[in-house]
Amino acid sequence: MSTYPDDLRYSKEHEWVRVDGETATIGITKYAADELGDIVFVDLPQVGASLEQFGSFGVVESVKAVSDLYAPVSGEVTEVNPALSGQPELLNSDPFGEGWIARLTLADPAQLDELLDADGYAQLTA
Amino acid sequence: MTTVGDPAGAPAVAPGHTDLLRTPLYDAHVALGARMVEFAGYAMPVQYASILDEHRTVRGAVGLFDLSHMGELHVGGPEALAFTRYAVISDPGTLEPGQAQYSMLCTEQGGVIDDLIVYRADDGYLLVCNAGNRDAAVAQLGALLERGDFDARLDDRSDRTALIAPQGPRAAELLATLTDLDLATLGNYRSARATVAGVECLVARTGYTGEDGFELFCDARHARRLWDALLAAGTAYGLKPCGLGARDTLRLEAGMPLYGNELGRDGNPYEANLGRVVKLDKGEFVGRAALQQVQQAGPRRKLVGLVMRDNAIPRHGYPVRVDGRDSGEVTSGTLSPTLGQKIAMAYLPAEQAELGAEVEVIVRERPFRAEQVKLPFYRRPRPT
Repeated sequence: MSTYPDDLRYSKEHEWVRVDGETATIGITKYAADELGDIVFVDLPQVGASLEQFGSFGVVESVKAVSDLYAPVSGEVTEVNPALSGQPELLNSDPFGEGWIARLTLADPAQLDELLDADGYAQLTA
Repeated sequence: MTTVGDPAGAPAVAPGHTDLLRTPLYDAHVALGARMVEFAGYAMPVQYASILDEHRTVRGAVGLFDLSHMGELHVGGPEALAFTRYAVISDPGTLEPGQAQYSMLCTEQGGVIDDLIVYRADDGYLLVCNAGNRDAAVAQLGALLERGDFDARLDDRSDRTALIAPQGPRAAELLATLTDLDLATLGNYRSARATVAGVECLVARTGYTGEDGFELFCDARHARRLWDALLAAGTAYGLKPCGLGARDTLRLEAGMPLYGNELGRDGNPYEANLGRVVKLDKGEFVGRAALQQVQQAGPRRKLVGLVMRDNAIPRHGYPVRVDGRDSGEVTSGTLSPTLGQKIAMAYLPAEQAELGAEVEVIVRERPFRAEQVKLPFYRRPRPT
């Protein structure tokens, strides 16, 4: 069974969030990236966009499939990973690191309680 | 995340499931770590490690495919030729021993029941059909035979036949190490009986990848021996096992139709640019009158190639707009691993099919520009 970073929270839709003060960094999990296979395209929100927790905010495409992304928390997008448009494969090679997707100003820290911790997520994907 | 995809992007099937059919190589795929998905009722490998890597392996070296799910229908008896000529739209009467041709079974209305390859065998004709259309092909051929006009017999050999396909520029080098057959004399769409790695095979120089390559038909009981021998000998030639995911991107780059996407009962061969397959002058055959009408009037829609000029990947089912109007639909689309471009095939009204003309593909409700281009997208370099 895989283990997942302890400092992240996870959604059942296979996105993760890392909170640092008021900033939330979000991405997709290694499990999701492995399930998708080679990711070849990302369609990401604009800076300034307002995301709703569990609302659709973008798309990743593998060779074969198109997948919607759902925000693990609400917030306003302050930054989108500029490397992903040229190197979408970062989502496969380093999903918890260089493959981060966006940064948000965290709207409501209480929303984190609706997410899974690393153990909970590991059980979900076991 | 929620995922919407092509059949080969379907959810992985759980190990040990029992409701799906298995090819004789199922255990080999699982041992190789393949991601297995449902395809035409079979558990099939969609990829082993990476579709992109498998795709490039076939373009640059040699990939190995298990196609044992496909159907092998044998037509025998004194009037095997007359019957086959009547059943398919091509003319098997022109086939010399060992020769093969691309063909189709059509309905009386000219719709496509299946596309297949007809091989002239020692004792009749072998029709190799899509796994998903095997039942339909057997039903069609069976119904035609039941009329009693031909002294011929149909034998569905699919379950006892395995099909293993080494495909790619190094396939011939590899195969030469495992057989005495002189591959230099085996041209495209030719086949011969031979022993490969000690296994009796029908060796055909055919494929669905746009590369040089072979399809090896053998007794299902010997499939594992043949597969393992090719894997072992193949390491020296850069061989990797390849799944249905790469098979789909390879055929799409090569402009080859996929039944269910580019071909179906509601279409016809002419609109898919395959009018050359129809031999209207060979005499009576199923679908002839309807197909002759299409040929004379010209098809109402045409299959075109698209290359995206804007940044979005076209996919099966996406609408295509010409001059601001919904005009057609993408039949297949992907990011081309070889060309690095986003490519698609699509049906457009015949009068709007025009090389170089611009269209829009609607992706997630937004229009993205594309240009109509000549098919195929990719043609393999010919040895000089």
